Amino acid sequence: MIIKIPSMSLALLIGASGSGKSTFARTHFLPTEVVSSDTCRALVSDDENNQAASSDAFELLHTLVGLRLKRGLLTVVDATNVQAAARKNLLQLAAKYHVMPVAIVFDLPEDVAQARNKLRADRDFGPHVIRNQTRDLKSAIRALRKEGFRYHTVLKSEDEVNSATIERSKLWTDKREETGPFDIIGDVHGCLDELRALLAELGYTEAEGVYQAPQGRKAIFVGDLVDRGPDSPGVLRLVKAMVEADQALCVPGNHDVKLVRKLKGGDFPPKHGLAETLEQLSKCDPEEVAGFTKFIDGLISHYVLDDGKLVVAHAGMSEAFQGRPSASVREFALYGETTGEIDEFGLPVRVKWAEEYRGDATVVYGHTPMVEAEWLNKTVCIDTGCVFGGKLTALRYPERELVSVPAARVYSEPIRPLADPQTLTSQQIADDLLDVQDVRGRQHIRTENFGTIVIPEEQAAAAFEVMGRFAADPRWLVYLPPTMSPSETSSLPDFLEHPLDALDYYAGHGITEIVAEEKHMGSRAVVIVGRDEEAIFRRFAISGWLGIVLTRTGRPFFDDRATEQVLLQRFSEALAKSGFWERHEAGWAVFDCELMPWSAKAQGLLRSQYAPVGATSRASLGAQVEILRKLAGRLDTPETQELLASTEHRLDAAQRYTDAYRRYCWPIQSVDDFRLAPFQILAVEGKALHGEPHLWHMQEIARACEHDPILVATKHRAVRTDDPADREALADWWLSHTESGGEGLVIKGPTVLTRGNKHLVQPALKSRGREYLRIIYGPDYLEPENLRRLKKRGLGTKRALAMREYVLGLEALRRFLAGEPLRRVHQCTFGVLALESEPVDPRL
Amino acid sequence: MLQITTTHQPASDLGYLLHKNPHAIHRKEMAYGEAILVYPEVSAERCTAAILLNVDTVGLARRRGGMRWSDYVNERPYVASSFVSSAIKEMFATAMSGRSKERQDLADTEIPFVIELAAVKVRGGEEFARNLFEPLGYGVECTPIPLDETFTDWATGPYMKLRLTTTKRLLDVLNHLYVLIPVLDDDKHYFVGKDEVEKLLRRGEGWLAGHPLREQITRRYLDHQRTLTRVALAQLTEQDGEVDPDAAEEQRQEAREKDARAASLHDLRLQAAADVILARGAKTVLDLGCGEGRLIALLLKHVQITQMVGVDVALQSLEKIKRRLRWDQLPEKLKEKLTLVHGSVTYRDAAWQGFDAAALVEVIEHLDEERLPSLEKVVFREAQPRLVVVTTPNQEYNALFPSLPADTMRHDDHRFEWTRTQFTAWCERVATDYGYTVVIEPVGPVDETHGAPSQMGVFTR
Repeated sequence: MIIKIPSMSLALLIGASGSGKSTFARTHFLPTEVVSSDTCRALVSDDENNQAASSDAFELLHTLVGLRLKRGLLTVVDATNVQAAARKNLLQLAAKYHVMPVAIVFDLPEDVAQARNKLRADRDFGPHVIRNQTRDLKSAIRALRKEGFRYHTVLKSEDEVNSATIERSKLWTDKREETGPFDIIGDVHGCLDELRALLAELGYTEAEGVYQAPQGRKAIFVGDLVDRGPDSPGVLRLVKAMVEADQALCVPGNHDVKLVRKLKGGDFPPKHGLAETLEQLSKCDPEEVAGFTKFIDGLISHYVLDDGKLVVAHAGMSEAFQGRPSASVREFALYGETTGEIDEFGLPVRVKWAEEYRGDATVVYGHTPMVEAEWLNKTVCIDTGCVFGGKLTALRYPERELVSVPAARVYSEPIRPLADPQTLTSQQIADDLLDVQDVRGRQHIRTENFGTIVIPEEQAAAAFEVMGRFAADPRWLVYLPPTMSPSETSSLPDFLEHPLDALDYYAGHGITEIVAEEKHMGSRAVVIVGRDEEAIFRRFAISGWLGIVLTRTGRPFFDDRATEQVLLQRFSEALAKSGFWERHEAGWAVFDCELMPWSAKAQGLLRSQYAPVGATSRASLGAQVEILRKLAGRLDTPETQELLASTEHRLDAAQRYTDAYRRYCWPIQSVDDFRLAPFQILAVEGKALHGEPHLWHMQEIARACEHDPILVATKHRAVRTDDPADREALADWWLSHTESGGEGLVIKGPTVLTRGNKHLVQPALKSRGREYLRIIYGPDYLEPENLRRLKKRGLGTKRALAMREYVLGLEALRRFLAGEPLRRVHQCTFGVLALESEPVDPRL
Repeated sequence: MLQITTTHQPASDLGYLLHKNPHAIHRKEMAYGEAILVYPEVSAERCTAAILLNVDTVGLARRRGGMRWSDYVNERPYVASSFVSSAIKEMFATAMSGRSKERQDLADTEIPFVIELAAVKVRGGEEFARNLFEPLGYGVECTPIPLDETFTDWATGPYMKLRLTTTKRLLDVLNHLYVLIPVLDDDKHYFVGKDEVEKLLRRGEGWLAGHPLREQITRRYLDHQRTLTRVALAQLTEQDGEVDPDAAEEQRQEAREKDARAASLHDLRLQAAADVILARGAKTVLDLGCGEGRLIALLLKHVQITQMVGVDVALQSLEKIKRRLRWDQLPEKLKEKLTLVHGSVTYRDAAWQGFDAAALVEVIEHLDEERLPSLEKVVFREAQPRLVVVTTPNQEYNALFPSLPADTMRHDDHRFEWTRTQFTAWCERVATDYGYTVVIEPVGPVDETHGAPSQMGVFTR
């Protein structure tokens, strides 16, 4: 016997103890698919026959079953299930998760079960137990259909049990193997002319009365083919023919279903355009009308397509319902979710499922006429009210391209006026708040191209506090920069870092062309700047700003907004003068920058940490030198001289330390005193730029820098790793640059995103100058004994961190540019911040 | 760096008193590096002993495994701190006990001393240094050390050269210095262990108990430990080139604790909020920004309150609340009533819906003004409690705080402080936008010109 069960279902094995259920389950299902009451008893009491533990065991069983069904997994319950009460709990779970309940009954003669239990030493319950179970089973068999088991099979003998096979049938909604590409067409409502025009626009051609899809494509209709419009029969005819010729799929709309109910004799007034359809159909051949009825009757509520990445349903589909077979899922597909209330026009109030949508699958639907098709959280409604004089719209998938034809005229007056075009998009409106569930606890962030990044809970907690207290409006946080590792520790005796080690890193990964850029010593700044405030408002939904300057941890860089906006104004104008906005057809751009002077942002640290070291070291060592000089006057020994010399040396180091930090400090009287050095264009409206060479970025930026002295172009040079002359020139440049007060150089691959011969390589490595490093490692770090110990430093953690942050930053930009919901962008920038709380040697 | 000079004649007897030969260089390996004792000046009229320190910063940082920049580059090696104290103990153990093999009489005699510290960090400034040493009979002379003479606008900071003059037994001078040098400075000590208490008691014998600042001395001497989350947070703030506002806040706490008025003001605000919540019959209460849980402590014990959720963005605050409430000993009933949640008023939390009341006591001013719309939506649009109580400082009243400089806010982390007009405008706009009615009340004694120190908006729906 072949037992067919749907691939997403809850299968109950029903039978007395000893009737062979467990053996059957083992034979036909995966061990993980079977949830057994005996196993649950064992798990909670160490004894699978402990009847006293039954209550807890079933609590566990129901939890396990619920979780599996929630995840859409076939689940087999191996328990006697002979009593109605036991089945009722499981049926409720099946209903809750919209899966099909299935029963497989083991109706074997009682003596078989009795005999088997006698053979088992651990089953010492008396024969009355089996007798009662067998009696309950008989009444169960009679009750199954009524209880809601549409599929059930009764196995009546050992032979039948042994010879039975299970066949898993695919659900009708499951079309995951159809990967498209598709042209998904919105609510047609009898607008045949517009449908023909749209199909032509999409490249479909009519052959022998049937529209043929362009090579490899397929149309999908979201339903509501009929009512209100001029030729509902014509539309039905066209769509039916396409579906039958395998050129299209179609899901039913509420109007289509209602039409059929009426045709089948439904007793209700023909409202909302149904009367017109009936009138039009009355002129058709009754046989054809019967065909339409059959066609609509056979439509499946919704489809899950393209490996689960696409869902098409007339009125949409929330994540928990996708691909599930139940009456309420069908209701959702046809009518959407409603609150049960009605609005001032007498129409049902809809639950805003799309605003809450967090699923991975793209959901394309119609049902609610809108002025423009619009994305919201990976869902898009493509009913653009053709019959109400709007337009008929199709979505090309996976291109996400919208194609429309205008309605020839208004065929029907809308009951509720179509919404006015909004100043903000639905996505922007939905994005006005973030939810704590998106950032609380351990995070798994799936990136499109670089795998999954895991953020541990305690780091998420640290980031949450910082975000909550200090971060700028999250709508600005489209990127946070990664940390940067130093080059390998130098093997040269007097150096901690040297640029040739950075060069060798890239050479070692098979990269021959690298770029060296001067490293500015200020504060890292991510700058969002608009061509004008309107452009910023359009994308960021924040009005009255020309952009923002953010710190590397996502805080507003400036306390004083007026200064910030003046700075941005000058940047924006310089970009305009260089033709940047036109060249990129963009209204806004995001830059990675260094903002100087260091003292502008780090004033607090300078005053609380750096300056005190300089001041006190000079005071204290100065006094010590004085004492030792006096001592030398009365106790002139080699030891005194040696002590004096080393103390003088330390005093000199203290002075050099002070000189080192002073170079990066100057007072700010006005915006003119700032220096902004953009060194990478992170994004411009409409495109990511991480594929462009660094030299291109440098060039683009330099063009703008010509137009305003507060903008600083970054000195840089291209270096070939295999050219000895280039190597020497690089080392010389670094030395002269750092000896004259420069912080150091940053060495990068040829493009922002560079792959070595195996993996992605570090986006950049820094080689810092000897004098500069006094600020980081202390005035005396070059003392041989100090340097010897300082060279024992590990870069592994820092590099791993840099890589993860870098990948997350790119993912944030990708999501932002793709117009994904704010929470998805925020998850990535939040992740970068969280990773930054990982303890690493801060001097690296 | 420490110099001790005496002019008691013959001054060269200082060598006998200190048990260290003036004609040698004395070097001691210390846990933190090296201490060196030299006598730069030895004559019958005047004799100076000097302790020089050579602190091994690299070794120290490695041993501590520090994760903050400030663990590596800091002024600790250069200012007189507990390093000097341990050098004193190491070099002058005998002298500190008051014994002298050769000059016991002199050791028991009060003789003139000049103590010079080339660089000290004095939190609390010259006044604190005076209050510390003058009661013990020292003349105190402070010379400030500028932070950086090229940037005059950076002001001076807490660094100074300190010169003390006194006539005392050497034993007393050394014990005073041993205890009080670390207290001057009160920064992160390197070595704070359990035996520190015992050491303090021993070295402070006979004088600490009578010192007017004994409590402060004790607290500062026994430095506190920071928790891990604090370190992580500090790391994030430091990257921005900013000083951790909490650390700065900790430093001010002492000053504020003295300000009894400020303390009682906070109590007034909490009581006002609690009174409104109780009077309106609220049973379930959200305390948004619960801080250290003082409002929770006021409300939780009332039978009327059946459920409280305390929310704070600082995980550390939630830990503190549990300590404050003595969580482990709290009756089960009260524990059941209270939930503590790590949350932020700028992130929506579905669990906050359906409460009778929400309190935002001194919370809004800790958010950038640009972030207030998010708070409004989270509280008034999403959570929608029937009653919302918001308190915030009245900026006008600041004029009446004598210790508060003009244009300064009451707390380092305040992003704004509003006048009564500004607060009223905000309250009324929020009430209109989200369908509440609002009544604004003063909190604290009302001044005719400046109003009350705090203001409260009571929103109902």
